[in-house]
Amino acid sequence: MEAVLFFAAAIGALGGAMGVVALRDPFYGVLALVIHLFSLAVLFLLLSAAFLAAAQVVVYAGAVVVLYVFVAAYVGGDRESELEPIRGQRFLAPLLGAALFIELAIAVLGSSLLALGTDGPDVKAGFGDPAEIGYLLLERFLLPFEASSILLLLAAVGAVILAGRRVDLGSGPSGSHSRGVPAGPNPSSAELHDEEAPQPVGGRQPGDTSDEHSAKRSEGVSPA
Amino acid sequence: MSCTSWAWLVLLFPLLGSIVIGLGFRALPAKTAGIIGTAAIGLAFACGVATLLCLLGEDPEARHHASSLWDYANAAGLDIKLGIFVDPLSVFMVLVVTGVSTLIHLYSFGYMQSDEGYRRFFSYLNFFVFSMLLLVLAGNFVLLIVGWAFVGFASYALISFWYRRGTATGAGMKAFVINVVGDIGLVLAAFLIFRELGSFDYETVFTKAPQVFSVNEWTITAICLLLLVGAFAKSAQLPLHTWLPDAMEGPTPVSALIHAATMVTAGVYLIARTHVLFDLAPTAADIAAFTGLATLLVAGTIALVMTDLKRAIAYSTMSQIGYMVVGVSIGAYSAGMFHLMTHAFFKALLFMVAGSIIAAMANRQNIDEMSGFGKAMRFTSAMLLIGGLALAAFPLTSGFFSKDEILAFAEARGGFYVIFTWLGYVGALLTAIYTFRLVFRILPGKACKEAQELIDTGHVVHAEPENPATGEVEDTDVGFPGSEHHIAEQSWPMKVAMGVLGFLALVGGLVQVPGVDDVIGKFLEPTFADSPLSHIHPTVGAEWEGLGIGGVISIVGIGIAYFLYVARPETPAMLIQRLRPAYTLFHNKWYFDELIDFLIVRPILGVGRFANRTFERLVVDGLVTGTAGTVRGAGGIVRLVQSGFVRSYALLLIAGFAGLALYFLIQSS
Amino acid sequence: MAIEWYVVLSSLIFAVGAMGILTRRSPIVILLCLELMLNAGNLALIAFSRMVGNQEGQVFALVVMVVAACEVVIGLGIIVAIFRRKLPLDVDELRELQG
Repeated sequence: MEAVLFFAAAIGALGGAMGVVALRDPFYGVLALVIHLFSLAVLFLLLSAAFLAAAQVVVYAGAVVVLYVFVAAYVGGDRESELEPIRGQRFLAPLLGAALFIELAIAVLGSSLLALGTDGPDVKAGFGDPAEIGYLLLERFLLPFEASSILLLLAAVGAVILAGRRVDLGSGPSGSHSRGVPAGPNPSSAELHDEEAPQPVGGRQPGDTSDEHSAKRSEGVSPA
Repeated sequence: MSCTSWAWLVLLFPLLGSIVIGLGFRALPAKTAGIIGTAAIGLAFACGVATLLCLLGEDPEARHHASSLWDYANAAGLDIKLGIFVDPLSVFMVLVVTGVSTLIHLYSFGYMQSDEGYRRFFSYLNFFVFSMLLLVLAGNFVLLIVGWAFVGFASYALISFWYRRGTATGAGMKAFVINVVGDIGLVLAAFLIFRELGSFDYETVFTKAPQVFSVNEWTITAICLLLLVGAFAKSAQLPLHTWLPDAMEGPTPVSALIHAATMVTAGVYLIARTHVLFDLAPTAADIAAFTGLATLLVAGTIALVMTDLKRAIAYSTMSQIGYMVVGVSIGAYSAGMFHLMTHAFFKALLFMVAGSIIAAMANRQNIDEMSGFGKAMRFTSAMLLIGGLALAAFPLTSGFFSKDEILAFAEARGGFYVIFTWLGYVGALLTAIYTFRLVFRILPGKACKEAQELIDTGHVVHAEPENPATGEVEDTDVGFPGSEHHIAEQSWPMKVAMGVLGFLALVGGLVQVPGVDDVIGKFLEPTFADSPLSHIHPTVGAEWEGLGIGGVISIVGIGIAYFLYVARPETPAMLIQRLRPAYTLFHNKWYFDELIDFLIVRPILGVGRFANRTFERLVVDGLVTGTAGTVRGAGGIVRLVQSGFVRSYALLLIAGFAGLALYFLIQSS
Repeated sequence: MAIEWYVVLSSLIFAVGAMGILTRRSPIVILLCLELMLNAGNLALIAFSRMVGNQEGQVFALVVMVVAACEVVIGLGIIVAIFRRKLPLDVDELRELQG
């Protein structure tokens, strides 16, 4: 049973990987990655890494892939041309890939690491459980854990800076603001003015329209 | 809280102030920056007082504490802690530094208000105070050197504060270079100490030194002489003094803070701090004492003929530090420190007065152009008079008690140390004359144009901004002095600061009246108790005798000044004619700048030019061009690989990785 | 299943990912291939962790996932920025790195 599962998952993972590499359209590539990731999650389960399998599905297949899908859809699924501009690349790339695989395989199989040879030692129940991993993370590896959280934060900031629209940074949130007004059945004008009070004054720029916006809005609402 | 925690807080506040003002200098309103800066130093002073009270609550024998935050460097037998050392001496210095600095910050708060670089100024000023406190509180030689170098940098930044003024940046560089010469001496001394004693820590060094060294052994003498190089450079003693008069290019509060009250006394502090070593090397101590004596006389004569108000006071500073160096070198430790304290009071006061007068003169500093300020600026004049009396050691002022205590000690020590007493009195006469030359030039007489304007309209004269030294035209933007500096009469912070200092300059000496009380001597006693010279105490009778002589000399000096500059104003010109050679010598500052230029700068420049002409052209250029050619050729080949295709780089990377793996596989099989 | 199967599978996926990076030109696909390689590493880590019966390898794998997430965020940010500037989405066209 275990062997069947392994082979099914392995074929899925490998097929997904091949799909990513081979499919011309990046959008399909992302879908192939999903298959690959799910198969990997199964493999993780087989290796009694339950928490990681869950994280793989939730974080990768859930969040990261969605990001990929968004970006792929945003930039459009341009097929790349078949023409290879670099001489020898098409020939050398598979060659090197194969060489890499063969070397790694030899290294792994030929090493004395596999003296164990079999499924590995029996592990206690709860090996790889969220509780166990969480304990490790917050006790022994607290510092790396915190460091990785800072890394994530930095990456988020970096992404905002990279992809943010610079032109709009200075202006007040006029667009989002009108959406933020409570859409209650009968908003009194006093409430509305309270809402408007914390408008950013300093960030406004000469060409900004948020003044007109709020003026119009209060005109429109005050009769109600 | 323990004493050391308070001491750490003393260090913390100025650092915080400097950082906050430095980071927030765009966001902070100018006034807020000034308030933060002043409050930071004020808090430091309060913590200093708390440290003092904590120390006083302890047994005199136990009044020394070392505390370290963490290891600064720890390797191979070297253990340097980021530690401070709190004992009566360092607390005394902390109180003087923070107390006077608080007042000077308050003064700057008013004085610098029109200056564009107001926030930068306070950031620098706070950083300076932090460095000075680090220097004073350091618990080992390494931290001492750190503080020492920080202080040097801070003084550089502050002297060159008006950075668009060529003379100011030049003076800053000069100060920095000479200070670095001193740093080198200090660093070498620390190395020697570490080599001989295996530690940088004060407590270890000072307990071990008497066991390791015998008296006047050459190593300990070398250590002390190297320490002296550092001390002399910081404290502007011959022949490393030339930076101090030039440093007057900085804003006047800087002159008051750095070049009168705190930084220049670092050398005196260093000698007092390492007195254990100097006790083991009496020769070095004597050299120090004689240098101090020479400085006090030379600087006194130069101050007689200086026409630049601030430079005249600067030379007077040098001269007074000469007294302190004499004091701490001949063993009159507490007397030297006492003079350091009173000098900080009255010299800071005099610089503040100078700042106020210079502001009234629209930034001009030549005393020949000044007269009649007595009526125009009553408060400033009163303060000038008080400062002048204290500096001239007029009976019962602070300078009267402190200066004569050093001289009385020299006499009590006997032997050839009596020279110091007599020549010290000559210096005191010079001091009285040059001080009251300034006073009589500035205060009485017919009001000059600027003073008249002040009397008539109550406003300060406005003049086109220009460099007082060269007459170059300037503007009032950042990097130059602001449009107008305030005079004390129009700015309450300046008035408060000067008033407090004036009070201290008048009565500060009463804490140490021979036969009556001995506050500072008692307080500092635990620090210096281990000195073999600590048993020497001039008798009360001898001290009063000395005080009597000192008082008479002071009054005679003031009388001579009165005679020369008020009663017979034509005599100075006549004297100049008569004593032309001496005047020329004094006026050219004993040719020290030229001497240094001739002995050190020129030869080095010459060597540099020679090296540039021959060695550089032939050897270095040849090597460099050859290397460059080779590299360019090799680069041309490698460029072929750099196609710009990221994927071919990736291919190379993976090929390299595969090759490496292959190598390891073959090797392991 | 014996551990070596997992490890061999992992090296196979790694090689496939590497090959993808070398042959594909769309930056999105290259990022996907990077994911493949990181996942291959993860699989190896977990396999070894199982082999020695020690969960620390799993923690390591978790950190690798964090790194991968960061790399995705930055990479996609760059791609969006490239797209905004109306530059071609082809790594061969972006060759200012030329010597």
